[in-house]
Amino acid sequence: MSTVKLTVNGRAVSVDVEDRTLLVHLLRENLNLTGTHVGCDTSQCGACVVHVDGRAVKSCTMLAGQAAGSNVTTIEGLAKGDELHPMQAAFRDNHGLQCGYCTPGMIMSAVDIVHRHGGKLDEETVRHELEGNICRCTGYHNIVKAVLDAAGRMKVAQAAE
Amino acid sequence: MGVEGIGARVVRKEDRRFITGQGKYVDDVKIVGMSYAHFIRSPHAHAKVKGINSTEAMKMPGVIAVLTGQQIVDDKVGNLICGWAITSKDGSPMKMGAWPAMAPETVRFVGQAVAVVIAETKNQARDAAEAVVVDYEELPAVADVRAAIKSGAPQLHPEAPGNIVYDWHIGDEAAVGDAFGKAANVVTLELTNNRLVPNAMEPRAAVAHYDQAEEHYTLYTTSQNPHVARLVLSAFYNIAPEHKLRVIAPDVGGGFGSKIYIYPEEMVALWASKKVNRPVKWTGDRSEAFLTDAHGRDHVSKAEMAFDKDNKILGLRVKTHANFGAYMSLFSSAVPTYLYATLLSGQYVIPAIYAEVIGVYTNTTPVDAYRGAGRPEASYLLERMMETAARQLKVDPTELRKKNFINAFPYQTPVIMAYDIGDFHASIDAAMKAIDYAGFPARKAKAKADGKLRGIGVSCYIEACGIAPSKAVGSLGAGVGLWESAEIRVNPVGTIEVLTGSHSHGQGHETTFCQIIAERLGVPISQVSIVHGDTDKVQFGMGTYGSRSIAVGGAAIVKAMEKVEAKAKKIAAHALEASESDIVIENGEFKVTGTDKAIALPMVALAAYTAHNLPDGMEPGLKETAFYDPTNFTFPAGAYICELEVDPGTGKTSFVNFVAADDFGRLINPMIVEGQVHGGLAQGIGQALLEGAVYDDTGQLVTASFMDYTMPRADDLPSFQLSHTTTLCPGNPLGVKGCGEAGAIGASAAVINAITDAIGNNKLEMPATPDRVWHAIHG
Repeated sequence: MSTVKLTVNGRAVSVDVEDRTLLVHLLRENLNLTGTHVGCDTSQCGACVVHVDGRAVKSCTMLAGQAAGSNVTTIEGLAKGDELHPMQAAFRDNHGLQCGYCTPGMIMSAVDIVHRHGGKLDEETVRHELEGNICRCTGYHNIVKAVLDAAGRMKVAQAAE
Repeated sequence: MGVEGIGARVVRKEDRRFITGQGKYVDDVKIVGMSYAHFIRSPHAHAKVKGINSTEAMKMPGVIAVLTGQQIVDDKVGNLICGWAITSKDGSPMKMGAWPAMAPETVRFVGQAVAVVIAETKNQARDAAEAVVVDYEELPAVADVRAAIKSGAPQLHPEAPGNIVYDWHIGDEAAVGDAFGKAANVVTLELTNNRLVPNAMEPRAAVAHYDQAEEHYTLYTTSQNPHVARLVLSAFYNIAPEHKLRVIAPDVGGGFGSKIYIYPEEMVALWASKKVNRPVKWTGDRSEAFLTDAHGRDHVSKAEMAFDKDNKILGLRVKTHANFGAYMSLFSSAVPTYLYATLLSGQYVIPAIYAEVIGVYTNTTPVDAYRGAGRPEASYLLERMMETAARQLKVDPTELRKKNFINAFPYQTPVIMAYDIGDFHASIDAAMKAIDYAGFPARKAKAKADGKLRGIGVSCYIEACGIAPSKAVGSLGAGVGLWESAEIRVNPVGTIEVLTGSHSHGQGHETTFCQIIAERLGVPISQVSIVHGDTDKVQFGMGTYGSRSIAVGGAAIVKAMEKVEAKAKKIAAHALEASESDIVIENGEFKVTGTDKAIALPMVALAAYTAHNLPDGMEPGLKETAFYDPTNFTFPAGAYICELEVDPGTGKTSFVNFVAADDFGRLINPMIVEGQVHGGLAQGIGQALLEGAVYDDTGQLVTASFMDYTMPRADDLPSFQLSHTTTLCPGNPLGVKGCGEAGAIGASAAVINAITDAIGNNKLEMPATPDRVWHAIHG
């Protein structure tokens, strides 16, 4: 057992976990942040994507101990109170989700994609960048629309700040 | 149409919890005192279980119990059932081998459970499972359907000699013989419909809780039909009586058919929760999903079509071998028979059809309904046949289809189905216009100049949805009725709860069903809640599959609403001192037509519950129930056209365009309908290009992870161009047909027809990987 100290959604936490514990299990089992999902066992599906120090990470691929001292944002920490993140709003407005299971990871990846590409996103880039997130419901059509829509909204929001 | 009524593109009510991480799926459920189950599964495709030694495992930290298949048998837990009886040609019933929830003696597929460890933590259960020693005696195995029916093949079940479950047929063999006798041309085709793994993104899971004081069980499970689960668990598996068992299917992360069935793991979790007197959680991982979720498709077929000299179809003869895997799953028997062969008329006038279907056991994961369930197999066969015929007869494939379309409705096919309505010309014309079919030769020529092989492929599908008229399916062997229920509760303050037996696992019922209420009452959808997925709340329901939720479940809501409105009108008329026949409902008010007299819905509701001033003899309250049994299937139909390019150097396929023109009858929420089509198309295209479950000769599933089984990713797919044509379904009060499976039914043939058109070789099987396409080009 080890004590892992990290910041999750702006809150400092200290958790005792087995050394083999993955970050996703720390989040789900110890912190009850069940918005981060597990959809596979080979780090293919991306349902578990969170942000670690601002970068999208598959939390099933990282030991909890590796996240010690890090700043982790999960889907639960993305909105500002009742105000949805533009990516969340765009997924809703473009019907970019159906069963909702891949959605948290999809949204966290998509935010990272927009951050890395800024205003230069096009459909081909979004589709290529979403390689690591599998959705079985939507055929990606509306997810791609949502990400492009959100990229525009995030640019506007950034300009306004 | 109101702003939130029928036809409005309302954003989904359920989305907020999903986009903020507040969805509640089964693995999110935690109960005080919960223990964890980990199954011990056979690594062999066929073996005798000689012994299970759990001595060391029981000494390991946190281990509560190791339970085995023999204990399941000793406790008289029933074997898994197949709920649809099929009768062979010779009149004999289908031959079913026994399927215990954990194997006491013989395992018949890789991944079949033989024992389960229950421990304090998930890791402890997993660690202890490593220490359980199972002594297997390996037996010869067979995975391929063609190999399984050969003499000398390994035999799976003593009940099924030759591994044959049934040898069934439909149609008029003699009439088909006559048709071929006078044919000017005969077209033949042999093809395989590849085995698929459903892969809903949420793996299956169960949390079972036995309350000793109440002798009551609660099961949270990833189910598309919690009431059917409760019925089967109590009536057939003897685990708990129905009134002592609550089944809850909360948010469920996709199903596509794979979560219809009541699997061994849910049974064992429920049984074990009493055995160890602790809540038990089991959450499958993706490897377990690959090995144990019911797979889909897996047909090998030979078909022949007879044409007269004018290219009119005279007859169709089909022989299909369907791979059922090692056991008969819940609805498996119906899939290659009544959900497949009954759709072999497609959109065409085919005067005579004869189909034989041989169901076969193999040492593979059981096969059952997966999105489309039989209908994709029928559509793929028929639409590849039409394309093959057009090439052989040297006519345009759209012209050949149009020449043979059914033009008058109702239309009775030779294989049971009576199509109620449709307009197949409208669909194909819309699709041809959308893709600029006429301009294709010029585009092909240009692509050729660029070194690319361009092809275009058409697929005109029809499906039978709105499953199903109970009496009809009962006469065909179904063990259940396929109606749906709805209960409308108007609360004293005028808010409305709709309790439905349909189950949403991505379909958006919480929005679509509200829109039906909004349309009728003129109230905002925020005042309406949809309640589903809990057998303690909803009395009974048959669940969601076969694109039935709107056509059957939605119709039940309408029927219940009619009763609510009838009573509310009486109350309003009494309060307004008007005649009941003069009351109209508008914008949430009950108005006396032609006057300014009105009473708002909350006041009517309040009057119903205070009961101070109701019409004489009226019961208080405002709550009504309806059970709706459809009178016929519904028949969604459409035309898909795919244009793509093949790189002859690599065999890689790239989409140029994919257009879909569907007729789903009336659309309640077009945004949601489009989403359903997108998802279905992705699965159909996935089958055509990427997906395929592969077993080796020893029965090992070679494609048992997302690293080996190619799921469609975002960059494998195009954006889709959708349109709709409309003939309203006459069989239900909403005029709806259902849209959930169309894409998966129609897409694969369009893709393969386009590739074979591009490369000029019709010999191509799914998935059409670059390797296969390259070899088809270069030999």
